[in-house]
Amino acid sequence: MTRSISNLHKALENQFSEKLISVVNALNELTIEISVDDLLDVLKVLRDDDAFLFEQLVDIAGVDYLTYGLDEWSTNKASTVGFERGRKDKQASRWEKPRYAVVYHLLSVTLNQRVRVKVFVEQESMLVPSVVKLWSGANWFEREAFDLFGLLFNGHPDLRRLLTDYGFIGHPFRKDFPVIGELEMRYDEEQQQCIYEPVSIEERILVPRVIR
Amino acid sequence: MAEIEHYTLNFGPQHPAAHGVLRMILEMDGEVIERADPHIGLLHRGTEKLAEIKPYNQSIGYMDRLDYVSMMCNEHAYVLAIEKLLQIKVPKRAQYIRVMFAEVTRILNHLMWLGAHGLDVGAMTMFLYCFRDREPLMDAYEAVSGTRMHATYFRPGGVYRDLPDSMPQYDKSPWRNEKKLKSLNENRQGSLLDFLWDYTEIFPACVDEYEALLTENRIWKQRLVGIGVVSPERAFQLGMTGPMLRGSGVAWDLRKKQPYDCYAELDFDIPVGRNGDCYDRYLVRVEEMRQSNRIIRQCIEWLRENPGPVMVDDHKITPPKRADVRENMESLIHHFKHFTEGYCVPAGEAYAAVEHPKGEFGIYLLSDGANKPYRLKIRAPGFAHMAAMNEMAKGHMLADVVAIIGTMDVVFGEIDR
Repeated sequence: MTRSISNLHKALENQFSEKLISVVNALNELTIEISVDDLLDVLKVLRDDDAFLFEQLVDIAGVDYLTYGLDEWSTNKASTVGFERGRKDKQASRWEKPRYAVVYHLLSVTLNQRVRVKVFVEQESMLVPSVVKLWSGANWFEREAFDLFGLLFNGHPDLRRLLTDYGFIGHPFRKDFPVIGELEMRYDEEQQQCIYEPVSIEERILVPRVIR
Repeated sequence: MAEIEHYTLNFGPQHPAAHGVLRMILEMDGEVIERADPHIGLLHRGTEKLAEIKPYNQSIGYMDRLDYVSMMCNEHAYVLAIEKLLQIKVPKRAQYIRVMFAEVTRILNHLMWLGAHGLDVGAMTMFLYCFRDREPLMDAYEAVSGTRMHATYFRPGGVYRDLPDSMPQYDKSPWRNEKKLKSLNENRQGSLLDFLWDYTEIFPACVDEYEALLTENRIWKQRLVGIGVVSPERAFQLGMTGPMLRGSGVAWDLRKKQPYDCYAELDFDIPVGRNGDCYDRYLVRVEEMRQSNRIIRQCIEWLRENPGPVMVDDHKITPPKRADVRENMESLIHHFKHFTEGYCVPAGEAYAAVEHPKGEFGIYLLSDGANKPYRLKIRAPGFAHMAAMNEMAKGHMLADVVAIIGTMDVVFGEIDR
């Protein structure tokens, strides 16, 4: 990279001093956390200011922190099904911040630098301001995050589901949505149509999640 | 006279020109597109969710199946992201092998694109030529990994194994005589590197052949010049990367600007378009194939002279050698741990991007210290390009939509994930 991370770090701190909740400089990547209310202002400056010039929005990722830091190893009793180890009695997550986050990855082609902007979203409202006005490319990324996590992007021109099926219910990438899904579909010979039923398979974890 | 209203046309989901399962609702005024609304997700498999319930190494195979015409490039981004979090440095030889195969993959992808794009626009011969020339590269894939397509060859810490010293041979069969058999096996007598070297000698002439058929072809130009024009400013706005951005005249290539693995040591050029139309993007991709050929040759030369390890020697992350497992207790434990539990990755987040044949392919990895990713987000280049469909198709004819889908080089494995 032409400009070092530390330069960008300094520039960000000078520009947004009190708006930054945290700045993490790790693994040669810079992550800033800001509040949802400041999002649009900060992103606009990041896009237009000569010190940043992030003309491209590379990616928007939703994150659900519901089970952050939980493992499946330390349980009271092992289950009798498969290799699964009694996942029913889970301890509560130690995550203290809001459950959902939206992560923006920005890229400056002119200055050859990247930054990651993170906002945590209040679970009651699920509202995040839409950045489609800043970067048209955000349109589908936001639709995707809405579809998979149920995040509501305020001001989005056309917030429809994108990846899931027509008429799908639920937000599949939330951590409390089962991997096997909730409904299964099959073609019914007698009714001559596709019908939806609750899933008939059981979720099974082959390798437990371990934190060491 | 009665008012004629716009009518809507349903394009796909099963349409040969849709390159997979794309459904588009086209609002049209006569034959002119007023609005295009792509409906994607028909191939959505929830790769990111599946990766959350598997140890890191078990998801490498899923990466192949994202963009199923550039398999190893997807793996590349994934292993780079894990390596970043683990903070390990990959042996030089492994880096060269990876880069060589990333470039083989780029040629594979561009050949597939050129053949399919040609077919969409009416150049049937291209398809046959391109698939003919894809075959030896598929054989290289097979020789190194055992499969022609979904290689699962890259690993965090290197590659699964070193390059083979011999190539698989064609067998006798009732359908080919001795002479044919001999000619088929002629360039397979040496190692994989010799085989690839042989290919790189021939390939530039093949590209000349494609260009002779297309570049100055009147019909080809009529179908592509001035279609789907994207200005550099709009390309930035829409999040376009790769040949879509370079076609508009922006010299941006991650291999040059933010080099990963050993790209910094290799000599190659970045082709750039001028007008940002379908024809320029065609020229950019054709030139990229030539440049990839150059990179492969440099890699082969380096690999021939520098034997060495292809995997990190830390058996907390990589499996120990098979022979050691039989004799050494500690290796046995490492082996058992590696294949039952995997390895834990330190908590943190990392974003690794590679210059995928289609654009910037990124993996955003969020780890909470477990042996499985907490969240994996795949940044697929085709996703951003597909989102620009409406803007690119507006005002064009229906037949041009096919050319625009072709020029985006979309593959639904990565868009729908």
